[in-house]
Amino acid sequence: MSDPILTLQGVHTDIAQYHILENLDLIVPRGGVTMLLGRNGVGKTTTLRTIMGLWKAKAGEITMDGRNLVPMATAERARLGIGYVPEDMGIFTDLTVAENMSLAAASGTLDPQRLNWIFATFPALSTFWSSEAGNLSGGQKQMLAIARAMAEERQLYLIDEPTKGLAPAIVSTMASALRDLKRQGASILLVEQNFAVAKALGDTAAVMDDGHVIWTGEMAELANDAHLQERLMGLSMETL
Amino acid sequence: MSDAPDHSPTLAALSISDRLGQAMPYILVPLLVVLGFFAIGSSSSWLTLTVSGLAMGMMIFLMASGLTLVFGLMDIINFGHGAFISVGAFVGISVLFALGDWTAATSLSLNLIAVLLAIVAAMVVTGILGWGFERVIVRPVYGQHLHQILVTVGGLIVIEQMIHVIWGPHEIFLTRPETLKGAITYWGAALEKYRLLAVVLGLIVFVAMRLVLRRTKIGLIVRAGVQNGEMVQALGYRLKLVFVGVFIAGSALAGLGGVMWGLYQEVITAGMGEEMMILVFIVVIIGGLGSVEGAFIGALLVGLTQNYIAFLAPKLALISNIGLMAVILMWRPQGMMPVVKAK
Repeated sequence: MSDPILTLQGVHTDIAQYHILENLDLIVPRGGVTMLLGRNGVGKTTTLRTIMGLWKAKAGEITMDGRNLVPMATAERARLGIGYVPEDMGIFTDLTVAENMSLAAASGTLDPQRLNWIFATFPALSTFWSSEAGNLSGGQKQMLAIARAMAEERQLYLIDEPTKGLAPAIVSTMASALRDLKRQGASILLVEQNFAVAKALGDTAAVMDDGHVIWTGEMAELANDAHLQERLMGLSMETL
Repeated sequence: MSDAPDHSPTLAALSISDRLGQAMPYILVPLLVVLGFFAIGSSSSWLTLTVSGLAMGMMIFLMASGLTLVFGLMDIINFGHGAFISVGAFVGISVLFALGDWTAATSLSLNLIAVLLAIVAAMVVTGILGWGFERVIVRPVYGQHLHQILVTVGGLIVIEQMIHVIWGPHEIFLTRPETLKGAITYWGAALEKYRLLAVVLGLIVFVAMRLVLRRTKIGLIVRAGVQNGEMVQALGYRLKLVFVGVFIAGSALAGLGGVMWGLYQEVITAGMGEEMMILVFIVVIIGGLGSVEGAFIGALLVGLTQNYIAFLAPKLALISNIGLMAVILMWRPQGMMPVVKAK
């Protein structure tokens, strides 16, 4: 396994009176896709939000390239080169597609070459560049959410269920985009319920239960072992 | 670079009723003006009442515009906003008293410079006061609405008492600068000069706010922050700095509104801001939380409705604004153009 880009050690996160993450240890290797798997409600989304600082870790260490993220505000963490795509996509519906993308370029302007790549990946964004994002379909909004994360080169991408509720053609587009990012050597921590996508993209996997990681290993190993899936997640992923 | 399948993108077409629904808030003010024309009958009275209503609306907009952004962006219920209106009025009027020679002169330019200096002084003082208010009173209670109501009402009372300490406990009467007194006659209607100035100033502020919000990066961040502050931070922007900037700007605009309202009423009291807060909240609510355009349209509707009703049915004038709010909320429970959706 390559050197880690992100390490979580003994992380605890509470939301109101609920203890969501409990002594979570997770290592995200540099380069490649790490799948974060588990049943609903085990803390996958909370893990991503805690890494971004949107929920405060009550205890534990989160380090990226040796830098401690815990005392940093969310904006500082993002400026270290983390691209975040939340489960609800976080689209600014009253802004145009262009304005949404422009916000993603914290440095000021979008790189034309990168923008061309995004348009090639998601042609709809080019077509509806000047349209309000709120008028896009669910799939187009998800494309915009991913494109926003891709607008600048990031060290690490945190992506929460990018194919949830999407039509197969758009799932395929999403998978292609993530594959492109992977080819470029990006490190991706991906929460995904779609087994075909997880299997196709994942290099490593971490399975969570009750707020902590209960298994880590190669994605291929998990994908090929129905008994392991049954034991870790209560059902075979093939049936999802 | 990508092996993504190409599929023809389509955008969901809006139905005619959806389009009409979107355009409706913009139609309401002209519609009300036309209805007012037919209801009032006399064109000169209609014109006088319309200008008066627009002037009143513009001044309420000045006071409400900052509050709606603070509401929308920061999720803060700031009952202390009225204090900035009062302080702005007292500071501005003090400057006008100090420039008595200029305000008494029959030169329009000297009069306007005096008013401008009063406005600048009021905005600077209320902006600084707003900065302190955010740091000391508001910041500890982010996300706690009940505490916000309690501490901002407390802040309002403290600032009102400070006004009593500095300027005394009594109301202060004033007269407008010489060339802004009286009215001009147009189309048989008497149009107060000061009200025309208020209309022009309100329009300038509205256009300036729109330009900042629509054409600048900081405006883009504010508009995005009103919708989804978390995501703005996740994109690398320090929203707290934006919060403070918006709070300062909102307080300064309240100060500007206070000067204009004080000159309009020709009397100022420490409690004037608190009294105005009912109208300001009505405007923010019917406009839709976080929407400057909504606040602008809402303020004009409030101003026009109050003037028309006071003329047509004086006994109903007291409830006209509450009635307007009830009607609009029955039509759109989240206000006309909400940027922040109900949580």
